[in-house]
Amino acid sequence: MSPRIDIAFEANGRPASASVAPHARLSLVLRDNLGLFGTKVGCDAGDCGACTVLVDGEPVCACLMPAASVAGTKVTTVEGLANGTLHPLQDAFLRHGAAQCGICTPGMLVSAAALLERNATPDEAEVMDALGGVLCRCTGYRKIVEAVMDAGGTGMTARASNTPGHVGDAPPRLDGAPKVLGTDRFGADEVPENCLTVLVVRSPHWRASFRFGDLRGWAGTRPGVAGVFTAADIAGRNAFGVIPPFADQPALADGEALFKGEAVALVAVEAEAAETLSLDDFPVEWTPLPHTLSSSEAANGFGHDLHPSRPGNVLLEGFVRKGDAQDAIDAAEIVVSGRLDTAYVEHAYIEPEAGYAFMDGDTLVIRACTQSPFMDRDDTATVLGLPPEKVRILPAATGGGFGSKLDLSVQPLVGLVALRTGRPARLVYTRSESMASTTKRHPASMRAEIAAGRDGRIAGMIFEGDFNTGAYASWGPTVASRVPIHASGPYHVPHYLAKGRAIHTNGPVSGAFRGFGVPQAALMQETLYDELADRLGMDRLELRLVNALRDGQATSTGHVLESGVGIAACLEALKPHWQRALAEAAEFNVINAKIRRGVGVASCWYGCGNTGIPNPSTIKAGVSRDGRVMLHQGAVDIGQGSNTVIAQMFAEALGVPLPALTLVDADTAVTPDAGKTSGSRQTYISGKAAEKSGRALREAILRHANVSDAAAISVEDGALVVAEGEARRRIALDALPADADGYVFASSESYDPPTAPLDENGQGRPYAVYGWGAQMAELEVDLTLGTVRMVKITAAHDLGRAINPVLAEGQVQGGIAQGLGMALMEEYVPGRTENLHDYLIPTIGDVPPIETILVEVPDAEGPYGAKGLGEHVLIPTAPAILNAIRHASGVAIDRTPATPTRILEALAGKASTRTDAA
Amino acid sequence: MRYARPDTLDKALALLADGPWRVLAGGTDFYPAQGARPILDDVLDIGAIASLRGITSTPDHIVIGARTSWTDVVRTDLPPAFDMLRQAAREVGAIQIQNAGTVAGNLCNASPAADGVPPLLAMDAEIELSSASGIRHLPLADFIVGNRRTARRPNELLTAIRVPRRSTLGGSRFVKLGSRRYLVISVAMAAARIVLNGDHITHAAVAVGACSEVAMRLDALETALRGVAVGEMDPVLADPSLYDCLSPIDDVRGSAAYRRRAVVEIVSRAAHGAVEAAGMKAGAEEAA
Repeated sequence: MSPRIDIAFEANGRPASASVAPHARLSLVLRDNLGLFGTKVGCDAGDCGACTVLVDGEPVCACLMPAASVAGTKVTTVEGLANGTLHPLQDAFLRHGAAQCGICTPGMLVSAAALLERNATPDEAEVMDALGGVLCRCTGYRKIVEAVMDAGGTGMTARASNTPGHVGDAPPRLDGAPKVLGTDRFGADEVPENCLTVLVVRSPHWRASFRFGDLRGWAGTRPGVAGVFTAADIAGRNAFGVIPPFADQPALADGEALFKGEAVALVAVEAEAAETLSLDDFPVEWTPLPHTLSSSEAANGFGHDLHPSRPGNVLLEGFVRKGDAQDAIDAAEIVVSGRLDTAYVEHAYIEPEAGYAFMDGDTLVIRACTQSPFMDRDDTATVLGLPPEKVRILPAATGGGFGSKLDLSVQPLVGLVALRTGRPARLVYTRSESMASTTKRHPASMRAEIAAGRDGRIAGMIFEGDFNTGAYASWGPTVASRVPIHASGPYHVPHYLAKGRAIHTNGPVSGAFRGFGVPQAALMQETLYDELADRLGMDRLELRLVNALRDGQATSTGHVLESGVGIAACLEALKPHWQRALAEAAEFNVINAKIRRGVGVASCWYGCGNTGIPNPSTIKAGVSRDGRVMLHQGAVDIGQGSNTVIAQMFAEALGVPLPALTLVDADTAVTPDAGKTSGSRQTYISGKAAEKSGRALREAILRHANVSDAAAISVEDGALVVAEGEARRRIALDALPADADGYVFASSESYDPPTAPLDENGQGRPYAVYGWGAQMAELEVDLTLGTVRMVKITAAHDLGRAINPVLAEGQVQGGIAQGLGMALMEEYVPGRTENLHDYLIPTIGDVPPIETILVEVPDAEGPYGAKGLGEHVLIPTAPAILNAIRHASGVAIDRTPATPTRILEALAGKASTRTDAA
Repeated sequence: MRYARPDTLDKALALLADGPWRVLAGGTDFYPAQGARPILDDVLDIGAIASLRGITSTPDHIVIGARTSWTDVVRTDLPPAFDMLRQAAREVGAIQIQNAGTVAGNLCNASPAADGVPPLLAMDAEIELSSASGIRHLPLADFIVGNRRTARRPNELLTAIRVPRRSTLGGSRFVKLGSRRYLVISVAMAAARIVLNGDHITHAAVAVGACSEVAMRLDALETALRGVAVGEMDPVLADPSLYDCLSPIDDVRGSAAYRRRAVVEIVSRAAHGAVEAAGMKAGAEEAA
């Protein structure tokens, strides 16, 4: 243990004192010693600003401040903002939907509070300067800027259509208050009594065999070490994976590690001793083995199969064939072709994975951040050799996921320690540990050919993509099968051939990331469409409209969509913006030579839910004897808003106002499986289950009251009141029998989308509902520096029905910010960028104004006509940006991100080509 | 480990005389470098030494105390030559970092991409190193000797940065090139200070960072600019041979070739900005 000093300071207006190591980070003092868990830790390096607090009124990163320097100061944390009522900023954040997952919210609020103290009416630039040090990965920042300006009285007030909170209203998110108050509890925000800290020993090699030395001897001579655990301690099947037939990833590697950062051993240590415990001399001997990080090398000539059952390191090849694409291309008047490569992209949620486990009798309880509680339960049980019902998953608030928190991270590790020691065990990943060990977006290496007639109609397309899936399977099979379906874009392509391969390397595991490979494929297809339009001499938006899928046409898989195809409506909605932007760019470029304005457009389509396999959700509800309407809402809300929109649909179906509901959160012991938060499925699939459940509960109540469906239900003073015309009947609930859950009336309804597996040519009905969208990017390219300045994004998305328009806009803006990052700056270099200053995501100053157009072409299957939205919104952004760069500068970028280096290289290449030709 | 937080400079220097310490000032480089590893070194926290904070004037120098934060620089009224340092100050990380991080710490950390170095080089800054046995002064260019290496001896503390008054003439501008708006490590940066007589350049001080192991002055360019009319400086600024002293590398932020091309542009923008700040319109740069 380090030496301790006693420090006294003022925390949120109250005296505070702590006995701490003098060099302890203030962030830890606030959290561990004072219980002020509203201050979040995202990086411990000053890169994310989540830990921002005010010291004597000035914002600082609490993670960079030694405890000793805080003595005698006044510290304000998010918990100090509200004073009986919400601070105007907290209120504005709620009304504007400026908090999504909520992990960055405290840092944003505290920074904004300091700004408003100095400057009560800031303009947009001043807000950005004040909040530039806090990263947000969910919102795209625009609603945060709006909220701060609103609180300062200089912005627009939020749309106020909060009642009754039914479909189409915009009530603030139901789980929002704890997020702005700093009382929401994320994976790292609870520390059980008598809890062991778990540290992870990880492979420093891309591929290596290893042997442990004297583990017991090492542990015995280290103060506070309660145990060391390895693969030998795992009682179950040491192979997890989100798709059971492909499950291959050991919770702790057994003799050979396949990627740098893979866990090989756990050290369980008393919390205080953890401060000074070094793992540098942990007894493990490594023998590096040949490795490759390149998918082309792995598939050709590497000579080692990383998984013996997958020859040539090919995990899976997906395939879609319609008509004869090669014939169509050979016969076509115009053919364009190209290649495009993309980088590893890191999810970079601001909350590193965290959680703890404890034994409740003989049940192992795990509280951790997650997107998929039931999958966590089943996979953890398998690894630890327990029956599923002996594992209970209690999801913590989840500080962003975007796909990566579908896979197990801390769960089997804390579970193993709790199971073996009988004590609570807690593990909080460091930022670098999170980045090194969890999944990424697949790097893609793609080529395509697209043929068209002189009228611009697409005749055929061939697409081939290799996706670097890293060391283990994760969602690689999903990417390999989703990509060939979607690589056509939302267009009518009569002859089509597409292949997608997931290939193992010793790189980080690639998994799910908003769009499952479709954003990469869209880059290939949409940039080729721009080349095609140029060859045809056709307006680029017009080319897309000519080919946009229409009702009654068949998709790439031969799925004839009878109604609900909204892509043309989205493109039409962009038309006036497109004309304006083109005119403005032309005008700008007449007077500017060194900086050129460009405009680009791109489309998306995306099937919601699993691909051709079952994907059910169940939503349960009940009316308790004390008159509460309980909604068991198990669709995990990682910030996207399912807690609110599913409740809105349920409230509408039941016929009560939204505030009448009490939510019961996801918990595998009490809330049925609403499936994973993935595949843009919660609004559609869990929403449909909620609609059915609401109707069923309504019917049960109306049947009891013996009234017709025209009757109105309300909750008054612990009783249900059913009114029809003049008649009004009060149902005294406490006089009626209740079921085992204590419910007088109850419902539990499931919904599973009507899909069918694809045939041997990839033809069939893989999804029951698709969402559609198109986005337009306006930007400026600095021709001498290769830098890009975003001017505006206009996004039109057909979501069928906007259940909550404010939350839907938040999804659009957040997806755009991620797409912008993917286009311009995000490149995860394994072994090099495991931090948030070398791996760059957009800051508040990088996201331009976003105009969101919500298009509502109802879907016949979706609840209230709704379609999925969450992943769609990211897909068109990067290709629209690349197309705008090409429009501005004349150069096509064939490798993302389009960094200044790559843009300038391409410009130099173009200049030299021109010289050569001259 | 030991942790000391003396409240006077003498106490700090006495401790340093006693053995090696890791010095902690603003913490903005100390903690990131530490990561999650336990702190086992002896730490000398100079945060309580009040005399080291602030910017003062002497007849010959403007003196920046070792604990002066970037925000202190922004909020202090200083001659226009300091504009480039104040502009750099606003570009270091973000407000949280600027409030805690110190200018002196930026120099001691000796990153090739340290934003504070080019502006201070362009003001001929000197470093004051104190020890129990006395004080010595070094030109900044001699203080930073390599990537993460300085001339500070283990028993010394950097106590001040001082700028000679003769080097506070003219207008100045700092240009940072980064891959995003905030919280970004520079791909390259340039600082220029230009003194005019009428429309002629009488003195130019130009420094570039992140294009060599240690940020450096562009001596050949400065010489070539001297005596040139403002309206005729563009061909001089665009002469690639005047940048031969730079030796940029490839890294995750940009390629060496990119830096070679881009540096010419950012130096040009810094020079035009400095001329403008010195009170002279540099001609129709926007129409180029």
